[in-house]
Amino acid sequence: MADTTEKAAFPAVAGAGPAAPAPAPAPRRARVRRGVTPWLFLLVPLALLLTFTYAPIVNMAAYSFTDWDGVSPELRYTGVENYTEIFTREDLFRVFFVSGYYLAASAVQIVAALYFATVLSFNVRFRNFFKGVLFFPYLINGVAIGFVFLYFFQDGGTLDSVLALFGLHTDHAWLGTSVSANTSLAGVSLWRYLGLNFVLFLGAIQSIPGELYEAAELDGANRWHQFRHIIAPGIKPVLTLMVILSISGSLSAFEIPYIMTGGATGTETFVIQTLNLAFRFNKTGLASAAAIVLLLIILLVTWVQRRLVPDDKVDLV
Amino acid sequence: MNRRPILALALGAALLIPGCTGTGGTAKGADADAPDDPSKVGGSITVLTQRTDLVADGTMKKYAAAFNKTYPKVKVEFEALTNYETEVKIRMNTENYGDVLMIPAIIKKDDYPRFFASLGTQRERSEKYRFTGFTTVDGKVYGQSPIGVIPGFVYNKRVWAQAGVTDWPTTPAAFLDGLEAIKSRTDAVPYYTNFAAQWTLSQWTSVNGSVGCDPQGTTKLAEGDPWAKGADLRVGDTLLYDMVRRGLTEKDPTTTNWEESKPRLAKGELATQWLGTWAIIQFQDAARKAGANPDDIGFMPFPAQADGRFCAVVSPDYNQAVNVHSDNKPAARAWVDWFTEKSGYDKDNLAISPLDDVPLPEVLKPYETAGVKLIELDDTQGAKVKLIDNQSEVGIYAPEYRQDLVDLARGAKKGDLDDFFADLGKRWTETQANLGS
Repeated sequence: MADTTEKAAFPAVAGAGPAAPAPAPAPRRARVRRGVTPWLFLLVPLALLLTFTYAPIVNMAAYSFTDWDGVSPELRYTGVENYTEIFTREDLFRVFFVSGYYLAASAVQIVAALYFATVLSFNVRFRNFFKGVLFFPYLINGVAIGFVFLYFFQDGGTLDSVLALFGLHTDHAWLGTSVSANTSLAGVSLWRYLGLNFVLFLGAIQSIPGELYEAAELDGANRWHQFRHIIAPGIKPVLTLMVILSISGSLSAFEIPYIMTGGATGTETFVIQTLNLAFRFNKTGLASAAAIVLLLIILLVTWVQRRLVPDDKVDLV
Repeated sequence: MNRRPILALALGAALLIPGCTGTGGTAKGADADAPDDPSKVGGSITVLTQRTDLVADGTMKKYAAAFNKTYPKVKVEFEALTNYETEVKIRMNTENYGDVLMIPAIIKKDDYPRFFASLGTQRERSEKYRFTGFTTVDGKVYGQSPIGVIPGFVYNKRVWAQAGVTDWPTTPAAFLDGLEAIKSRTDAVPYYTNFAAQWTLSQWTSVNGSVGCDPQGTTKLAEGDPWAKGADLRVGDTLLYDMVRRGLTEKDPTTTNWEESKPRLAKGELATQWLGTWAIIQFQDAARKAGANPDDIGFMPFPAQADGRFCAVVSPDYNQAVNVHSDNKPAARAWVDWFTEKSGYDKDNLAISPLDDVPLPEVLKPYETAGVKLIELDDTQGAKVKLIDNQSEVGIYAPEYRQDLVDLARGAKKGDLDDFFADLGKRWTETQANLGS
């Protein structure tokens, strides 16, 4: 990115080979102005980015080396003590098992989203209606979703009554045991984020030129062939991006379990645990270190994934 | 591309220096003296409160209007914070946290003089007020609770009578028998844990002191194992465990609903909940709204007796304090004093008055008849208990461990009760040792 902007800013220098006679250099002030202009445009977004993204992170990194409790004027520099504590206490890492449920849910979610996006990108009756139906959950506020689903899973709530319509009287406390609670919560988050995945896939699929399908049909390719050889390779970058987002999302699942169970019955995720450390037990220093560790883990996972699946140029034609 | 990390590092270094923390704590040790002449006190004060309901329905405005009759020149404004603890904690990193506020639980006692102005010495204040020990640092008092509360069981008298239990149970076993009777003879859920609301479970820590009737209950927490055999918390937690274990609680605790539980208890669908005197008025209101009889709401002490008498611990609610950075300290002090003594806030909440010589509210008449002994816990070691609690991450004021206890009792979590208590006790006492007690 940086390289292209520089080339654009100094076309004269970049274009002129060493052999060609150098054109008369632009007057100095014009050159300075041309160099400064792009930065002027960047000033506001950069200022926002620095103030609201990087400054807090740096601040948090600084707190992670202290024993600050979040309010006391006194704080002590403790070196890497917080980090040692995180890596030596296995109970702090046990919560990552919960991420497994969300990871499984996001696998299902990606497959389902891909399926719906493919089906709805062809001419189907009521396709715009179905697009709306699928995307709708993503528009609802996460807190509202949490509360709605609390009623949904309640003893004798919506789910139980719907099942009763089919003659199934489960009498099951959906959030009652650790496995069933985590599955239910992961299901809710699948329901919520399916729409986003779906829309992104749909957009990517629709950017594939239509003639390709026509040509394929003439060659006798059926829908599966079309998916396998046109759609799948065509949307590969978006697919990789979705996988990365799903993994980091599963590791940092928070909203839905926090609102619905508050981490009870073995549904505590790493973020809920960090929040409890910071606000329940007033260990802001330790919690900051935990947040940094999570950030590093997500960066690492992303990096490994990029190495395994390099971001190739898509070339269909 | 390779320039980016360097840029980030440079930025990081630049931000790190001023970035550490903005807490000043400059005006340490100021006093907020009571004004002599009410007509001369002036200024505008902001009162931070956790009672969002009272600000919304205008009750707080009425208090302010009554206050203005004595102090005509003071303008009182209220700021209601929904998530009081967390929001105030963040605001206290600046100097702007109102003129009058409730002392959040997180503030270390030693830090009180940095954040709050002193209201006077303990010696003079304790002659008139209760609970002064809870906010005293080096002999000076920094806050005053406007009400006192007693923990206990809110119960539906009609349902308990229907089950044939008219006298308060005197032991945990008798209490469980009572709940069994409710289960077999009525349609009511004998006990409602309110598991999902979370804070309702941390209320169980307030059994501390009532079981053994010991004013040194808090000191015992600081020095011993709270889950040793016979210790107050163990007795309380065991009762909770047994209730859930024997199926005397709601079927699915994970989807309970606090607001809904109030009218349900009033109507007799639920029989009992462990809360505090502060809850009585809310349940009576809910009864009126639901068309049930508010007189059905009863209140009983923890089922334990010492020397043949029930015991109840009277403790302060949030303590009101004056911001040490306030520009209108006399006005703020006037509000604290007036609110504590003359507002009628205690009567409106059917609570115990913070003044020593005021009789108990009407709802606690049965307590007087039964000769329940009221005690106040000595809070000298309160700060240390909080420190142990935070360091060990046991969380006696947090819901997690009791949620685990309920899960254990209903079989959603594997394990044995004795091991569970032993583990809590181990974490607690090890932290005690590390802190060098």
